[in-house]
Amino acid sequence: MTESSTRPKSGAVADKATRRAMFTSLLRIRMVEEEIARRYSEQEMRCPTHLCTGQEGAPAGVSAHLTRDDHVFSMHRSHGHYLAKGGDLDGMIAEIYGKATGCAGGKGGSQHLIDTGCGFMGSAPILASTIPVGVGAAWGSVMRGEQRVVVIYFGDGATEEGAFHEAMNFAGVRKLPVVFVCENNLYSVHSTLEVRQPASRTIAQMGPMHGMEGLSGDGNDVDEVWRLAGYAVEKARQGGGPTILELFTYRWLEHCGPMEDIKLRYRSQEEFDSWLARDPVAQYRRRMIADGVLTAPDVEAITGDIAAEIERAFAHAKASPFPLPAALTEHVYPEPVR
Amino acid sequence: MSRLITFVEALREAQAQCLETDPRVYLLGLCAPGPTGIFGSTSGLAERFGTDRVIDMPASENGMTGIALGTSVVGMRPIMIHMRMDFAVLSMEPLVNQAAKWHYMYGGRMRAPLTVRMIVGRGWGQGPQHSQSLQSWFAHIPGLKVVMPTTPYDAKGMLIAAVEDDAPVIIVEHRWLYAIKGEVPSEMYRVPLDKARIARPGRDITLAATSHMTLECLHAAELLQQAGVNAEVIDLRSLTPIDSDTLDASLRRTGHLIVADTSHESFGVGAEVLACATERSFTALKAPPKRMGLPFVPTPTTPALADLYYPRGIDIAGAALKMLGSTATLPPQPKGPRWLDVPNPEFTGPY
Repeated sequence: MTESSTRPKSGAVADKATRRAMFTSLLRIRMVEEEIARRYSEQEMRCPTHLCTGQEGAPAGVSAHLTRDDHVFSMHRSHGHYLAKGGDLDGMIAEIYGKATGCAGGKGGSQHLIDTGCGFMGSAPILASTIPVGVGAAWGSVMRGEQRVVVIYFGDGATEEGAFHEAMNFAGVRKLPVVFVCENNLYSVHSTLEVRQPASRTIAQMGPMHGMEGLSGDGNDVDEVWRLAGYAVEKARQGGGPTILELFTYRWLEHCGPMEDIKLRYRSQEEFDSWLARDPVAQYRRRMIADGVLTAPDVEAITGDIAAEIERAFAHAKASPFPLPAALTEHVYPEPVR
Repeated sequence: MSRLITFVEALREAQAQCLETDPRVYLLGLCAPGPTGIFGSTSGLAERFGTDRVIDMPASENGMTGIALGTSVVGMRPIMIHMRMDFAVLSMEPLVNQAAKWHYMYGGRMRAPLTVRMIVGRGWGQGPQHSQSLQSWFAHIPGLKVVMPTTPYDAKGMLIAAVEDDAPVIIVEHRWLYAIKGEVPSEMYRVPLDKARIARPGRDITLAATSHMTLECLHAAELLQQAGVNAEVIDLRSLTPIDSDTLDASLRRTGHLIVADTSHESFGVGAEVLACATERSFTALKAPPKRMGLPFVPTPTTPALADLYYPRGIDIAGAALKMLGSTATLPPQPKGPRWLDVPNPEFTGPY
């Protein structure tokens, strides 16, 4: 089995409704992140917040293939994964505001989003920590005879952790219905890929070593993500086992927080500009119009709807109460289910 | 020559001097040579000593700790750095099963001079996985040395002593100490890794503390002073062992003990210090001793709950009055900022 041996044919695109939905998802993630960045300096969102601006392509394209029953596990930079899977926007914004109405009651913050109702099963900032958990969810689903695909998102840094390899190995052994989605944005905080991984192999190439196909592609091209993810999800659904997708993308803002960080000079202006020119949202907007899927007024209408939804979510978060002091000691251990 | 510098500057200076004077020393950590220099603690060191000695690493805490151990058994002296102690959890196997035991289980034939810096986060929603203070895990393991400096002076002196020690040493650094200033000699010096320090002498009650809680106890002592109580504050500094000589001598003066630790009260440093006190100083105690630390609850992210989570000087002072049976009242507290989740008013998040 070699990399790309059964790579889906390029050129195929989704139907118009799906592409419209993917564009809306993409734009919505972008606009939510921009609004968080704009308001972060008000100092009411008092938790570490890792924005995914520039990396919206992967979740928008992957989630187009997922049903409500499918599961998604994520990491510190999780807002896009949560929103694309159908995570409740009000719950997410309120969570970042530390409010009782947040998706984790304020206890988790941006780094620990959850919405089990839509199959978004959690996120955590310790690198690779949710990868084995996602594999376990897939295995448990098989044990229980439940039809489900599990998507696990992580970054390039997480593939350096032992837990990644251990989980990949087991998923390969059991041919579990998992799609491993690596968003390779080239940096772990400020550390470049070159000091962390050998130049002579890609992340996708680690797939075959663990008994699964590894495919790579442009994570900023939603149609390409859609093709790759469609292949991997369908294979998992049909009992064909796991796949790892390495999607190249780029983080526009600082590792954690709302600011740009080119001034730190760990990455060059030229590199930054080249990725800005491959903005997943702007590219897809142009293509939607060129392909006649959307008109400029359509885009305007979608933008207006999203802006109104975001405004409502922030208003809801700000108006929501903080958790009461008694909440501090709740949930350390679960109450018996009656 | 001694001058006023911050805790983080003291750490940086200690590492610079170790790198300068001992070619076996190197630094290893994710982003150690990076532009923000691990909260400033490694800033400028890569420029000065090169990236062969101030080394970036993969996000592989488990493997890289074993690898650092390997370099130490062939004569290197690594300083490994975890931006957050929570990430060091991934390296428990090589620390607990290997580094801690290599000297003992090979009958003294192996040495593992490994220094590991672990930074404890707090505030601005660091939450359940970015603010744990797990010193008691490591202090439970024979073979590991665990220290928790509070002052810039001790940060430098203990870090140098740790690097020069032939055992694996874990240095627990509280992020809220980084901006604290203190007198620090510019030359190299060592602070013993097994001795407590009397931070403030007193006669009525002993407040023994670790790391940032020492500052809270000093604040408590000031409040108590205004209520007519003279508190002694002990900065424990070392956990392996707890300096029971200093503790016992203090208790024989005061007869009362409150221990304040940066971690959970149960199964922690507080429990160990109380055990030391009751085993050795039982007859000196005039009232049941008390632990103060975090409740048995993971760290909540929202400031509305995190503010209730961390005990502060005023809480310690209140507990001291209660223990002493004093009816004195503490001075009224000035109204502070809305949230207590930042180390100083200039901080605007995120970490």
